[in-house]
Amino acid sequence: MAKKQKSYGEILTAGFIKENPVLRLVLGTCPTLAVTTQAFNGLGMGAAATLVLIGSNAVISLLRNVIPDKVRIPAFITIIAGFVTIIQMLVKAFVPALDSALGIYLPLIVVNCIILGRAESFASKNKVVPSILDGLGMGIGFTIALVLMGSIRELIGNGSIFGFVVNNGSIIQPMLILILPPGGFFVFGMLIALFNRLAEGKGKEPATLSCCNCPQAASCMKASEGGCE
Amino acid sequence: MSITGLLSIFLAAILTNNYILSKFLGICPFLGVSKKLDTAVSMSAAVIVVMVVATAVTWPIQTFLLDRFGLGYLQTIVFILIIAALVQFIETFMKKNMPPLYQALGVYLPLITTNCAVLGVTTLNISSGYNYIESLINAAGSGFGFLVAMVLFAGVRGKLETADIPKTLQGLPITLVSASIVACSFLGFGGLVDGIFK
Repeated sequence: MAKKQKSYGEILTAGFIKENPVLRLVLGTCPTLAVTTQAFNGLGMGAAATLVLIGSNAVISLLRNVIPDKVRIPAFITIIAGFVTIIQMLVKAFVPALDSALGIYLPLIVVNCIILGRAESFASKNKVVPSILDGLGMGIGFTIALVLMGSIRELIGNGSIFGFVVNNGSIIQPMLILILPPGGFFVFGMLIALFNRLAEGKGKEPATLSCCNCPQAASCMKASEGGCE
Repeated sequence: MSITGLLSIFLAAILTNNYILSKFLGICPFLGVSKKLDTAVSMSAAVIVVMVVATAVTWPIQTFLLDRFGLGYLQTIVFILIIAALVQFIETFMKKNMPPLYQALGVYLPLITTNCAVLGVTTLNISSGYNYIESLINAAGSGFGFLVAMVLFAGVRGKLETADIPKTLQGLPITLVSASIVACSFLGFGGLVDGIFK
């Protein structure tokens, strides 16, 4: 690598805000919009995805010299699917309420682009310890974004936060639409706008949904047309 | 299963349970390739094909293999591998036998492996307890719902190109806010399908 070697601390904290997978890299939008009707669901989804990320990053990093380059994407997906199945069974056994709240989105962690993206861009090129830290950091960043969105939607849409009622309609009537699908798109749009504004203050580019962040970019003709390597 | 029952599944998948606008599955292509109408249509066509074929294969495997031998917990791994292999197979088949179609849809096929809408529809067909015909109808309906949302949104984005938008909201934020308004209009369909077939 030509770049300066990053310290472990930098690798861990990069995902929190600076390279937040949801709000800066715009990855994993589907679960972000779907499960954040309550702050608790966001926390549960974030925790599940973090565990999968740590596990898949660790294993993929260990196997990075064994997996042939041509079949790496299917190999990564299989490893990720294995960890997702483990998490799915654990959640079903110990937190059944979360299992029914997340529903189909729990198995869909397999196709969450954050996880495949980190496997492709970090774990397959780095040693085990940095890969685990990267997985943990990105997972925490994902959780931060989900809890933030879940809190906003739950607070305005239902008048509560993590299930504690703070506004039972006496202050202002809760706006149900924020819990409904349109509210998800709206709050996400506003959060991205806010983060773009903050990034602009530091002289950084606004977040865009670009093909370059997509884990499939290497095998996609459209991505190279769009100016990615 | 009566025709009206199948029709109600089909319409519900397009209007009330639209995959993009009410279930949030397949958001990446929705935001990524909806800039132009023709790419939106090609991408959706590829999604419809893969959804129907994937359902046609995964449903019998779940019913006759996984359920019979008590392997239900392997669903996620088995389904994603089947989808990955199928997409690869469809791509190779199209390249060899239908070059014009491959030119139009082929580039989107690799992206569909990791599209949550496809894994979503195959898993939901099982968890909703649909039979084989209902599953296929649901997959086709979901694919068409994807197409409808993509086409509508491509139109909205065309208008956005010329609009004067505040600097902070330019790009992705305004796209999401307009998606929110499109989703609002789809809320209006709630209860419509149940009402028709009562």
